[in-house]
Amino acid sequence: MSKSNFTRRGLLKTSAVAGGAALAAPRFFSPSWADGHAGYLNAPQGDTVTLGFNVPQSGPYADEGADELRAYELAVEHLNGGGDGGMMNTFSSKELKGNGILGKKVEYVTGDTQTKPDAARASAKSMIEKDGAIMITGGSSSGVAVAVQALCQEAGIIFMAGLTHSNDTTGKDKKANGFRHFFNSYMSGAALAPILGANYGTDRKAYHLTADYNWGYTTEEAVRTSTEAMGWETVAAVKTPLAQTDFKDYVAPVLQSGADVLVLNHYGGNMVNSLTSAVQFGLREAQANGQDFQIVVPLYSRLMAKGAGENVKGIFGSTNWHWSLTDEGSKAFVKSFGEKYGFPPSQAAHTCYVQTLLYADAAERAGTFNPCGIGEALEGFEFDGMGNGPTLYRAEDHQCFKDVLVVKGKENPTSEFDLLEIVEVTPAAQVTYDASIFGGELGTCNPGA
Amino acid sequence: MEAIVLQLLSGLDGGSAYALIALGLTLIFGTLGVVNFAHGALFMIGSFCTVVLQRILSSSYTIIDESQKDFLGNPLKVQVPYMQDWFGEAASASIIDWSVPLAIIFAIPVMLVIGIVMERGLIKHFYKRPHADQILVTFGLAIVLQEIIKYFFGANPIPAPAPDAFKGSFDFGQLLGFEANRIIYPYWRLVYFGFAALIITGVFAFLQFTTFGMVVRAGMADRETVGLLGIDIDKRFTMMFGLAAVVAGLAGVMYTPINSPNYHMGMDFLVISFVVVVVGGMGSLPGAVLAGFVLGILQSFASMREVIEFLPGINQVVIYLAAIVILLTRPRGLLGKRGVMED
Repeated sequence: MSKSNFTRRGLLKTSAVAGGAALAAPRFFSPSWADGHAGYLNAPQGDTVTLGFNVPQSGPYADEGADELRAYELAVEHLNGGGDGGMMNTFSSKELKGNGILGKKVEYVTGDTQTKPDAARASAKSMIEKDGAIMITGGSSSGVAVAVQALCQEAGIIFMAGLTHSNDTTGKDKKANGFRHFFNSYMSGAALAPILGANYGTDRKAYHLTADYNWGYTTEEAVRTSTEAMGWETVAAVKTPLAQTDFKDYVAPVLQSGADVLVLNHYGGNMVNSLTSAVQFGLREAQANGQDFQIVVPLYSRLMAKGAGENVKGIFGSTNWHWSLTDEGSKAFVKSFGEKYGFPPSQAAHTCYVQTLLYADAAERAGTFNPCGIGEALEGFEFDGMGNGPTLYRAEDHQCFKDVLVVKGKENPTSEFDLLEIVEVTPAAQVTYDASIFGGELGTCNPGA
Repeated sequence: MEAIVLQLLSGLDGGSAYALIALGLTLIFGTLGVVNFAHGALFMIGSFCTVVLQRILSSSYTIIDESQKDFLGNPLKVQVPYMQDWFGEAASASIIDWSVPLAIIFAIPVMLVIGIVMERGLIKHFYKRPHADQILVTFGLAIVLQEIIKYFFGANPIPAPAPDAFKGSFDFGQLLGFEANRIIYPYWRLVYFGFAALIITGVFAFLQFTTFGMVVRAGMADRETVGLLGIDIDKRFTMMFGLAAVVAGLAGVMYTPINSPNYHMGMDFLVISFVVVVVGGMGSLPGAVLAGFVLGILQSFASMREVIEFLPGINQVVIYLAAIVILLTRPRGLLGKRGVMED
């Protein structure tokens, strides 16, 4: 277990700076919400503390949101001493005792992001304003995560990001009050490239289809940069509208372009549909430039793989976590989740569960719910036992650095959950980068009061 | 040249879905005068008929296999389809493999009943109401239907692949004397195009060559006079609503291997289909079909990489731009008739 670097002096210093910044900054939230006595917004007054789970409960990512919500509910149960404790038993930090957070019973409220930034901000705002949520967490889209993170920064609330993969979340749009456990596009590219090189060779011509929003751009950039560095050529990169459902017009010209690899920088329904189109157009059986044509999906999700069915077989991608991992943390989580719900958790559920425990642990180590104290406790925090091996919450950008999984669609699945096989666990060192390369400024933490 | 042939094929393929949905919309508008915003939902329900049939065909009982473990390390519960016991492994796998074409037979009565219930239970109460009211109520109905589907089937797409016999692509390039692998097109999309042509021809033949169709056409031209002749035209128009629902449903059934069924797929087609109807000419069946294919081909060419690089986003608006140009030059649409929606 690593030692917390949180100090009382540090907290006072950060709070003083943040207080000054908060006074100088335009106020979005009414000061009446703030608890003047505690010096930070929504300080818990009774014997309970309220967390805000902001997930897509409607719209295209509703199934993913439902799995996130299950994980949050499980985390709350464990924090309050229920169930078998899950990853609390394997977590390297031993601050969590099953008596809530700082002795206060954990309660929660939920919001529906609808996978729309405006709706997500509105529901987060409502949970902060009306329900007194001390922390907001969730999301299944980078657009939503960036929007809600900015709101939480403005309000003075900690934001523990759920599934968000764009470099921007902890890159150009990073905020002092925001923290991401999930991996990002850069890491996907860095982990995938060596595997692609080893399996498909270094003389390849790639054609990118890219979802037309911030996650798509950063994923395309990451995969292009890492594959071009090993000798691949990018023959074309075409933006596809997020609302696109039939990708025939985008897939049909791929073979004529001279490409021999199609990279689908798509997620969710986009990925299911574009991959289906690519398989229908015979790309998996095609030959180009004297080689077998290949398809790559940089970000995989088991739930999406299920939607794509047998089309995912043999296709490489990356993922943050997979239920088939055999470390103690993963086994404990899969057991808790599986026994409660009857099926294994998704990577979205895993990151949301871990984020909740990390927040609670940070509060315990800081001895406060003050966002600045929690921020300081998370910055530079090293931990283990949460399913991804030794992990660092880097102070410079609030991004977690841990091993990344390269996976492949399984050729002979044994069950409806057994869709992906782990090809390689890429060490954290191989996907670590300089915090400054994506720009942006963390700023100072905002306690909201 | 190869690119042009490919985009033309793609346009005909996309246009066939537009034409099928627009045909059903026009049938309803032409007979009942109702602007049905729930028509996309009927397309979506059709696609879920495939999912339901798939599940019926795959319904199974559970046996415990002690030799295998599940994800929790417990003995694996293995699902054995009843069909496997009845017909043997190979035959049952083959039947499940053909579930999409088989769903056509399943969907026809289901969609007919849904269409008739929808018309009798809700739509008929809005015949004499303004079009705005009809749009509101049918749009609301569409949302209710898609939320019901989401409740039972979830938000994620559900794969419904084409039979193995139709997997892969046809090499048009070799057929037309081009290099191999330059113009390939998926077999199932060609099947969809052929199916759309068959349905469209069938609907036209039904209206043109049957007594029922003749009465309906007469009713579309002059409802009052047909009524005065003692013919219950309302009953026939109800059947036409059912027929339109069947056409939309079958379009959805056959579309499932192209895009996996999901609760939102009807909405994705709805707006474009209305544009197709307006461009074709309100109430004109041949107009709807013609406009469907014309706009499908236009959209396909506008999606070419060379075009998008020159005019980013043009593929998203080309249908609407074309609609503006066509309506400015031909205010009644391509084949629209005088007097329709011109009170």
